[in-house]
Amino acid sequence: MTNSNPIERLLKRGWTLTIAALLSLVAVYVRVVYFTPVESTQGPAQKIFYVHVPSAWAALVAFAVTGIVSLLYLKRRDEKLDTIGAASAEVGLVFGAVMLTTGPIWGKVIWGAWWAWDAKLTSTLFLYILFVGYVVLRGAVVDPEMRARFSAVVGILALILVPFIYFSVNMFRTLHPEPPVLRSGGPALPGSMLLTLMLSVVVFSVLYVGFLMVRYSLSVLKDLREKRAADGIS
Amino acid sequence: MASSLLNTALSVAAKDLRIEWRTKTAFASSIVFAVLVLAIFYFSRDTTVVSELDIAPSALWVTFTFASMLGLNRAFLLEQENRAIDAILITDVPRTGVFLGKVLGNLAFVAVVELITLPLFALFFNVPILRPLPALLAVTAMATLAFVTVGTLLSAMVVRTRFAELMLPVLLLPFLVPPVIGAVQITAGLLAYRPLSDFSGWLRLLASFDIAFVAACLLLFDATVEE
Repeated sequence: MTNSNPIERLLKRGWTLTIAALLSLVAVYVRVVYFTPVESTQGPAQKIFYVHVPSAWAALVAFAVTGIVSLLYLKRRDEKLDTIGAASAEVGLVFGAVMLTTGPIWGKVIWGAWWAWDAKLTSTLFLYILFVGYVVLRGAVVDPEMRARFSAVVGILALILVPFIYFSVNMFRTLHPEPPVLRSGGPALPGSMLLTLMLSVVVFSVLYVGFLMVRYSLSVLKDLREKRAADGIS
Repeated sequence: MASSLLNTALSVAAKDLRIEWRTKTAFASSIVFAVLVLAIFYFSRDTTVVSELDIAPSALWVTFTFASMLGLNRAFLLEQENRAIDAILITDVPRTGVFLGKVLGNLAFVAVVELITLPLFALFFNVPILRPLPALLAVTAMATLAFVTVGTLLSAMVVRTRFAELMLPVLLLPFLVPPVIGAVQITAGLLAYRPLSDFSGWLRLLASFDIAFVAACLLLFDATVEE
């Protein structure tokens, strides 16, 4: 019983942070729509950038956390690390879904195509599939210790795989002339746009931390309850 | 130590191949599957618009990867029966050797499937494979080593999950992307009689993928079987 208190506090703090982040997100959107200038060549379509880029950022941070935590788990065998990795992977999938849906919406308007086999798109797509696999694998292993080890192995392999996917697709692209619409000329953002983007990135990062705290504490509470139920039976 | 590692690997591989030789179930299903995929690819196109050569490299690599995936799980599924894996693990042999043996067995299995598929491919698609054959075999070997090693490690885990057969493709797919994209690119060039030296970038990618993942899998195997 004494053990559950700090976790319940963490859960409460996670919820507070999440709600605060969601409210700030509303504020950021208001700024995006009303107080940030419209981009001259792309028009209003460019506004999705303030959702797409931060969610991609949050997803990649989440997957990187899972990878690093997996490495640490195999060293230290602390089940907390495994729970953090699992929580981060699930949260990453949520942000990844936002990234993978907002991207094509923008692409359809600007490139004229929903999808392009560009290095970034392809590597994030397969990274996403890999973490779907990670979560599915967790669901298919019953023993918690075995589940932790298996998912750590997949997490580490994922960490090694990312640069390879990126380079392989990049090389495919560079062998072919790049369509002019795809060329990203590294746009130097005007101050107000950059500020909006940065605000959005900060809010998405806080949202990630909030989600992670909630998901983590819920997993710990679920494990505790299962353990208690199992003790009750025996 | 080194010799016992190699001995373990060779005896594990020999045992697995002997079992496969006596039943031939995985082998037969892989070959039949390969023929089916090649046929579907051939009939999927309008023969007057798309030439055989345009579709041949992808047909070949879809066949190779899918047909091999059918066999990959077998190496560890064999050990699940009567919990034979426990017997292997409590003996005093290096576990890395056991993994190496499983990889060698799978490599031999996939190599045979590929060596049978390749002439069938040349026959069905009417592509000239004789002239680029040595280079084609070398590239195939590099890409095969990559996905068989990762696939074997993953299968050591997935055979102990609830949906073993379904889980391997889900987990293995992202790992197939770099080696297979590379292999398809090089195969397309080779079939068009371009020299292998045109593809040094892809070859470097394949080689570094092989090195990175063979090393990582050898190190990580311990974590998949310890209990």
